[in-house]
Amino acid sequence: MVKQTLDIVLNPLATLGRYSRLLFHAFGAVAELSIYRKNLWEQMVKSGVDSIPIVCMAAGFSGAVSTVQTAYQLVTPLIPRSTIGAIVVPSMILELGAVVTGFILAGRVGARIAAELGTMRVTEQIDALESMGLNSIGYLIVPRVLAGIIMFPVLYVAACFVGIGSGMLIGDLGGFVPAEEFLVGAREFFQPFDPIFGVIKSIVFGFLITSISCFKGYYTQGGAEGVGRSTTQAAVASCVFLLLADLVLAATLL
Amino acid sequence: MISVTKVNKSFNDKHVLKDVSVDIPEGETIAIIGRSGSGKSVLMKHLIGLLSPDSGTVTVDGIDINAITYAELRRVRRNFGVLFQGGALFDSMNSFENVAFPLRTFTEMGEPEIEDVVKRCLAMVELEDVGAKLPSELSGGMQKRVALARAVALQPRYIIYDEPTSGLDPETSNTIDELIRNLADQLNVTSIVVTHDMHSVLNIADRAAFIYEGRMHWTGTIDELHRSDDQVLKAFVTANEYKIGLS
Ligand SMILES: Nc1ncnc2c1ncn2[C@@H]1O[C@H](COP(=O)(O)OP(=O)(O)OP(=O)(O)O)[C@@H](O)[C@H]1O
Ligand SMILES: [Mg+2]
Repeated sequence: MVKQTLDIVLNPLATLGRYSRLLFHAFGAVAELSIYRKNLWEQMVKSGVDSIPIVCMAAGFSGAVSTVQTAYQLVTPLIPRSTIGAIVVPSMILELGAVVTGFILAGRVGARIAAELGTMRVTEQIDALESMGLNSIGYLIVPRVLAGIIMFPVLYVAACFVGIGSGMLIGDLGGFVPAEEFLVGAREFFQPFDPIFGVIKSIVFGFLITSISCFKGYYTQGGAEGVGRSTTQAAVASCVFLLLADLVLAATLL
Repeated sequence: MISVTKVNKSFNDKHVLKDVSVDIPEGETIAIIGRSGSGKSVLMKHLIGLLSPDSGTVTVDGIDINAITYAELRRVRRNFGVLFQGGALFDSMNSFENVAFPLRTFTEMGEPEIEDVVKRCLAMVELEDVGAKLPSELSGGMQKRVALARAVALQPRYIIYDEPTSGLDPETSNTIDELIRNLADQLNVTSIVVTHDMHSVLNIADRAAFIYEGRMHWTGTIDELHRSDDQVLKAFVTANEYKIGLS
């Protein structure tokens, strides 16, 4: 009983310890990045460029839905229709842009990273890298995490543009609010800090998703089944910590 | 020279290596033999610091590899070529790129020169034509031979082979045995061959080290192996001879 209680407390702590140690080693290997430049480029393409279509699609739909719902909730003619823009645009910039991107990438990028590294672990490819005298953390993890930190803000910005654009388009075509009025509302309530906050958020999300997935994949145990387990855990843990970080950032920065 | 001294290693509650000691002098070919699950691969991973012992020491050229920094360990590892039991080819690269990888990473060679070396290495394992193929497009035995080509590409001083001939047909096994012997003779490399194939052992090894239930049960030259009347060792060797007799 005491042991079980202790385990519940100590296991997450031990995991956190191993995660921090991995990050620490990764940080130490950043100096050798010039050797791993090719990997960084490859990862930026795989995690970033290749994710553009799905991220844009998801952002497009959430922007459109936001407009329709906001219009639906503003039934009284006393409120000017430009309010729709004033609500949709900041919510896209502050919350939806980063979170939608984050969720999509937790599934797409996080799962891929964990499966890749997990397979490399159980088939001894990581041992092979190490045995050659390469720093496997530097070679495998640093490029993936850096690519996340660099590419997530880019994807976030793309998501915002597409989301706002589609919200405006649906508003106009659906007869909820003309595009000009949508923009008037958006401008009226625009806060310069909002996009900065969004970019900070997307950097944090990018770091969390890639580093958690690398951690899960790198320490995979137990053959093909273990790879499956790591992949699921990476996607789930990424989403959970993304939500937590979302709350913490909103509470501290806004 | 590699010295393993009184190494113990457990995984969770499973005591895999028990007080294992073995010396591997420069230029020698030593076969590490033992039954499946006896701890051969675990021992081999200790030689390059992929696993560290719970107690005991492993020294390479007089350096205790568990008492040095990671950067220093990586320098020690550059002296090694390792063939892993499953090949461990990088599955995102084709065969050519796999063999070229250590050359591109650790040498200043230009592409034409790298191409020469890779072709020569692939020819050594009789796989000149598979350069463009991905590991997933090769049979298990072919993967292993490409991995062997990769392990020797940098002409390391120490080569560790984990079951180089398992899963190969007898004819290819003989080719690989010959290759291992040639490398040992020509380049004066120190070879550590993990195997349970007695046929290979007799073909290539100067000395054998027999692991039994996690202990270094017996070590000696091949002559001594023939003459030994150790029951456990004999049982292991005879079981193998029976298999050789059949095939
Ligand atoms: N990372 C690990 N975690 C837990 N147990 C392990 C680990 N690696 C090896 N073992 C255990 O150690 C024992 C010895 O394994 P090892 O791979 O060294 O056997 P082996 O002698 O190489 O066998 P084979 O000839 O089949 O390759 C096995 O019982 C294995 O289950
Ligand atoms: Mg083995």
